[in-house]
Amino acid sequence: MRRAARRSRRYQRDARWSPYAFISPFFLFFAAFGLFPLLYTGWASLHKVSLHNPTQMEWAGLHNYSRLFEDEFFWKALQNTLTIGIISTVPQLLMALGLAHLLNYRLRGSMFFRVAMLTPYATSVAAATLVFAMLYGRDYGMINWALGSVGIDNIDWENGTWSSQIAISTIVIWRWTGYNTLIYLAAMQAVPNDLYESAALDGATRWQQFIHVTIPSLRPTILFTVVVSTIGATQLFGEPLLFGGTQTGGASHQYQTLGLYLYEQGWFNFHLGRASAIAWTMFLILVVIGLVNWLIARRLQKSH
Amino acid sequence: MARRAGKQLHGGPVTYGVLAVFTLGSLFPLVWTAIAASRNNARLAETPPPLWFGGNLFDNLATAWNDANMGKALFNTTIVASSIAATTVLFATLAGFAFAKLRFRAKNLLLLLVIGTMMVPPQLSVVPLFMAIAELEWTNHLQAVILPMMVSAFGVFFMRQYLISALPTELIEAARVDGAHSLRVVWHVVFPIARPAMAVLGMLTFVMAWNEFFWPIIALTQENPTVQVALTGLGRGYIPDQSVIMAGALLGTLPLLIAFALFGKQIVGGIMQGAVKG
Repeated sequence: MRRAARRSRRYQRDARWSPYAFISPFFLFFAAFGLFPLLYTGWASLHKVSLHNPTQMEWAGLHNYSRLFEDEFFWKALQNTLTIGIISTVPQLLMALGLAHLLNYRLRGSMFFRVAMLTPYATSVAAATLVFAMLYGRDYGMINWALGSVGIDNIDWENGTWSSQIAISTIVIWRWTGYNTLIYLAAMQAVPNDLYESAALDGATRWQQFIHVTIPSLRPTILFTVVVSTIGATQLFGEPLLFGGTQTGGASHQYQTLGLYLYEQGWFNFHLGRASAIAWTMFLILVVIGLVNWLIARRLQKSH
Repeated sequence: MARRAGKQLHGGPVTYGVLAVFTLGSLFPLVWTAIAASRNNARLAETPPPLWFGGNLFDNLATAWNDANMGKALFNTTIVASSIAATTVLFATLAGFAFAKLRFRAKNLLLLLVIGTMMVPPQLSVVPLFMAIAELEWTNHLQAVILPMMVSAFGVFFMRQYLISALPTELIEAARVDGAHSLRVVWHVVFPIARPAMAVLGMLTFVMAWNEFFWPIIALTQENPTVQVALTGLGRGYIPDQSVIMAGALLGTLPLLIAFALFGKQIVGGIMQGAVKG
């Protein structure tokens, strides 16, 4: 009797506490390497901290932030991040949507197409950027050579503002289109066929079915990929660092992103406090973008 | 399962044509990396650029191997990526199981917190992490790269989505009735059922950790690099030899390309599965 009671008590204790034991590694590591540094970055952003002596902090109030907003290169980096983010994300997701639609047909070798399109995902930022930097070379690059064969003069991809930003966007697009294609394809395969059949009965063409059945069914997935790509675009760092090999993002900072600007301030100008202020500014921008996304999503939900 | 949408429609020549163009676009930069790595610097500085393989591949690979510390870099990256993948899979399976099948207080709130952490960019914690490893004198040590990446919110979410439908709740209850405590349940019921998803999550995490760039270039130097750090060093030489850089890029990418050739189908399936159940 006693034994049974003890066993049931032990059982209850186990049932009650084991869930917390199972989730605790994640939360412990997250607290140590995610949450604490996040808050500490905010604290450091209010101080003068040098890379040479990172433990010595001198209170500076909001000086790092005001200094930041006076710096023309901050605004340039913000604008570049926004532009590169848009010209890499929008075409990428549109192409992924189209490709997923095609892959959703009955096809021979469809697994081959899927694996082949996902292969760039296995390539690192460093390897991909070094290769693309060569392909975009001004004098001997393959892209200028190809353009030349249709009568277009050599473009100095790295030194122009638009050209360099387009070149960097193509690296992002190349690496991530296949990944997003698979995510859309998965969502498309979950759309029940009856919807298409009734649309076809109503006389909808394939294009109309795509617009009126596929796209609305995919709305949550599209929102998900938009959010993920936005976060990715805000963090863009390796591509602009390695494209020209400078931390300034080109001679006149023409393709310096916020991530790269943070790296330059912290690890080339030795101002860790300023780097922290940039990090927190990026975070606030993300929060604003997240709120806008959420509002749009709610609007869309209400209108249906 | 409902009949799959669109599956009754056959793709026409236009479909195959478009897909072929995009496939070519996906693969060409990789093939060209190998072509450039098999040439020499002088040939790469000519027009038209080479479109077929030359005879310098092994020389360039050897130079990249020595100049960029590639042997050590590959070794280091293997250690880093395997440890991160192993711990991520283990902790994600435990947490994913709890979130999928167990009842406890504040569960939904905690799950929301997990998902919320996916939104926090790594740049936000880089300054304090750097201070910490400087203080601990871990700069240039691999644990500086491994420790901050040992868990992943994506992983937790991925395992939860998988286990919700793959793991029958009755199975857990039956094991419980037989007197099994939680760890036994995890070992004998959860792990065997979760194995396919664990394999996929392991592969995805390995790829991600192998390619991680931002934190390693801050925490490590060329003396003890990962592949990505070594590649950065190659690109920054005084007189960069382009064919050697391409050989380095090839060396750093090849292990993953081989993995893709072997497990491409599973990786594709894993990404699609993670997406559908979201």
